[in-house]
Amino acid sequence: MSTTTIESPAAAAGDAPPRAPQPKAHWLTRLRRDWPLLLMAAPMMLLVWGFWWIPTLGNVVAFQDYKPYTGGILGSRLVGFTHFQLLFSDPEFTRALVNTLSITAFQLVFYFPVPIALALLMHSLVSERLRSMLQSIVYLPYFFSWVLVIAIFQQMLGGAGLLSQTLRGAGFEGVDWMTNPDTFILLVTSQAIWKEAGFGAIIFLAALAAIDPNLYEAAAVDGAGRWRRLWHITLPGIRPVIVLLLILRLGDALNVGFEQFFLQRSAVGSQASEVFDTFVYYSGIRTGDFDYGAAAGLFKGVVGLVLILAANKAAHLLGERGVYSKS
Amino acid sequence: MSAKAKRAAWEEKPTVAGQTAKGASIVVIALLILFPLYTIALTSLSSAETVQRVGGLVVWPGDGITFEAYEQMFRNPVVLRSLVVSLAVTAVGTVVSVLVSILGAYSLSKPGSFGHKTVLFSVLMMFVVFPGLIPVYLWVSALGLRDNYLAMILPMAVSAFNVVVLRAFFMSLPQELFDSARIDGAGEFRVLWQIVAPLSKAVIAVVTLFYAVAYWNSWFNAFLYLDDTSKWPLALVLRTYVVESAPLPQASGLSSAPPTLAVKMAIVMVAIVPALVIYPFVQKHFKKGVIIGAVKG
Repeated sequence: MSTTTIESPAAAAGDAPPRAPQPKAHWLTRLRRDWPLLLMAAPMMLLVWGFWWIPTLGNVVAFQDYKPYTGGILGSRLVGFTHFQLLFSDPEFTRALVNTLSITAFQLVFYFPVPIALALLMHSLVSERLRSMLQSIVYLPYFFSWVLVIAIFQQMLGGAGLLSQTLRGAGFEGVDWMTNPDTFILLVTSQAIWKEAGFGAIIFLAALAAIDPNLYEAAAVDGAGRWRRLWHITLPGIRPVIVLLLILRLGDALNVGFEQFFLQRSAVGSQASEVFDTFVYYSGIRTGDFDYGAAAGLFKGVVGLVLILAANKAAHLLGERGVYSKS
Repeated sequence: MSAKAKRAAWEEKPTVAGQTAKGASIVVIALLILFPLYTIALTSLSSAETVQRVGGLVVWPGDGITFEAYEQMFRNPVVLRSLVVSLAVTAVGTVVSVLVSILGAYSLSKPGSFGHKTVLFSVLMMFVVFPGLIPVYLWVSALGLRDNYLAMILPMAVSAFNVVVLRAFFMSLPQELFDSARIDGAGEFRVLWQIVAPLSKAVIAVVTLFYAVAYWNSWFNAFLYLDDTSKWPLALVLRTYVVESAPLPQASGLSSAPPTLAVKMAIVMVAIVPALVIYPFVQKHFKKGVIIGAVKG
């Protein structure tokens, strides 16, 4: 056979025929046949178990009076749910929870629609060159680290940044958006939009590209203008993706990211910037109360798992494909 | 790819207002992203006097361009060493991650093989169950990886997302390909290296970019596990000097005070440049690679 027939496997990705089921042989036969595959999986399994699943078992410290030096995980006393009880009466924990949920809610309203709007804008561009140029520009910041993004924002909006510098040059007071706790939620949302909205548009662009162009033509022939086509063809066409991502975001409600908040915590203060993940770091590692911090982390993990499973269930109920992966 | 407009015959003529609004939004979006990069680049190329006179970032060119800040940066032993650390960690980490992921993903692309379900489960569950910061911290410390460069690589060596993207692509290759290779007597390793890998260049390029960027940008593991600041990567030095504007803690006798603004901006540029350089080569594959992972994940 020639390899020219399979030049573009990606094109066939959507409708690849299901693999023929392999007959179940005796396990020893299968082992003899499949050992190279096992060998291939071995390094990955070593890393996945060694740095993901074994530490996951370490969550047992959340139920211990953990003594890092004298006891360790094996020698520390179990104390049941003591840390969790303390957690729920800890005002700092409540604040972290409230901050996290506020930021999630705020970003659902002000961040979530941006990639969709951006995708619609890019999709509407007739010039192929202009479109790919704009794509190159908006995807770029996704590859910057949070350290870079915050450094850039600091240089633009900080007390010594370009905005203040310009305002002072024009005889006004300078402003410092980087240390103001009251506007912090706006700041982190703008940073998230700047860094990630462009890349987030990819999935909507793909959904837009999958809409049958004949639908538009038929509608236009029937007299539908561009706004009616947008409302009756485009938006329904990408609705499944919108619903799916919305549900996934809800399932991920406790995750607003760590680095972005950790990096700005000292500038803004913990009142506004403490979120779940920073709370775990400061209450656990900074102070050495590993058991207490682990309890906070485990609480987040369990609630997060329940939310993700519920979101997936919801996706199924709404007739969308459930996914267990972020996209 | 032609730049020619291809508006369908049934489409309305664009309105002036619509075109203006669209054009304006494109310009604004592009400026919001590019303008900060431009002033930072220009400041890094300006002399200390110019920066002093302007009192901050340089917006207008015309004061001439100098590589003074870059020379200073490369003479700064702290920055130079962190750059070498970052390059080495990124290179080693990316090679390890890409190899391990390709092998693992290929193994996962054969349903029904021995142990397939266990391996698949171990990887897919990484999307929903997380070990949490503290258990990982205790475990990595217990393994004796404190102050070891491996602490910057091993905990993030396998990304479940990247493995799933690769696996989805491998599974989309036509089955006949494998059958014919089998008949010709090729073993799994040979099939992978001589048939599958060459056909998967695009998706491997995307995954390589994702891993490389992750290593290059990573600083938190270094912050957690490396007490010796001489082992710090560039991203962490960037954080200390530029974001915190602080000296490096317990630097080994060398001058570690934060440098001038122009030099800081030069550090920012060096941190950005690898992304800028690799990005155009890989960008065209994004849609393909990312979507397959998203849809079939």
